[in-house]
Amino acid sequence: MTDNERGSGGSAALAGYLAGCRAGATSVFQIVLIGTYISIGALAHDLGFSALWVVLSTLIVWAAPAQVILMTAIGAGAAPLEVAVAVSLSGVRLLPMVVALLPMLRTRGSRWPGVLLAAHFTAVSMWMEALRLAPRRPPEQRIAFANGIGSMLIGSATIACFVGFYFARVLPEPLVAGLLFLTPMSFLVSVTRASKMISDRVAAAAGLVLSPLLVWLGVGLDLMWTGLVGGTGAYLIHRWRRARR
Amino acid sequence: MTAGMTAELWPYLILVLVGFLPNEVWRWLGVVFSRGLDETSETLVWVRAVATAILTGVVAKIIVFAPGALGGVPLWIRLGATAIGLAAFLLMRQSVFAGVVAGTLAVMAGDIFLAR
Repeated sequence: MTDNERGSGGSAALAGYLAGCRAGATSVFQIVLIGTYISIGALAHDLGFSALWVVLSTLIVWAAPAQVILMTAIGAGAAPLEVAVAVSLSGVRLLPMVVALLPMLRTRGSRWPGVLLAAHFTAVSMWMEALRLAPRRPPEQRIAFANGIGSMLIGSATIACFVGFYFARVLPEPLVAGLLFLTPMSFLVSVTRASKMISDRVAAAAGLVLSPLLVWLGVGLDLMWTGLVGGTGAYLIHRWRRARR
Repeated sequence: MTAGMTAELWPYLILVLVGFLPNEVWRWLGVVFSRGLDETSETLVWVRAVATAILTGVVAKIIVFAPGALGGVPLWIRLGATAIGLAAFLLMRQSVFAGVVAGTLAVMAGDIFLAR
């Protein structure tokens, strides 16, 4: 009887969630994520964090660049406020990603816990898979579908960082170095592929050059200046090019 | 005992305060702005440009000022591997997977055969 009262909403959500789990489990991003999170677990071990701490950081932060920044900055003895600013700056990308994804997933009937969970699962891997696959699902299944993808991705990442933590001492150094390289390399190519507008392309190139330059010059809040100067400059070039047409 | 418990919980409090909240706030703002904000709006074009510059800025920082074991690999190998990864990505019709695999194998091969 209660099943009938819940109606088709519940079964649509379940069907969507299970389909999302299948899509997430077979996603090509699994390989990159597992490698990345083994290296994050190993890094946490080497910097003196506990296994529980790094596992929790994966579940609640769920953003590889932010986690690398968080651990290396705390490990280097940076002030908490300084760490928070650096972590926050690395997360700005999540805002436009959520804005691009949610309107496609959400219907009038979507409940807010599911929507908030989909926002929390939003990371480059889940975002690319959900944008690609969710439009093929019926609208009322999409939030649950995206959460299924997210569950599978965050699940393997969590197990991988646990494994990386405990095997840190026996993993060969070149392997850990290679796995740590997965984060910058995968973000670089993902950004390049997602950059369709001139503003995104100029911003991507500007960020690559500006941030190491500012660090080298000893300018504080290097990531903030990289974003404001590089991003605003790129945006102005986009406006200037459009005005000329 | 209270002092001991506080000391034990401190790393987790730090994780929530300087790890979770500063990062998650952008996702929450995304939920708020996704009601009504047009994806092609000028504000969003600017926000995306700023976010993109910061993200490639983070990428460059991790490559140039590398953490942990990656820091043990010489800088020229890290930069060369980045170029190889990007080249593979472009040659293989913008395949993210090809770029990531080529770049990562290049770092490991460079570290094993050229740096030691």
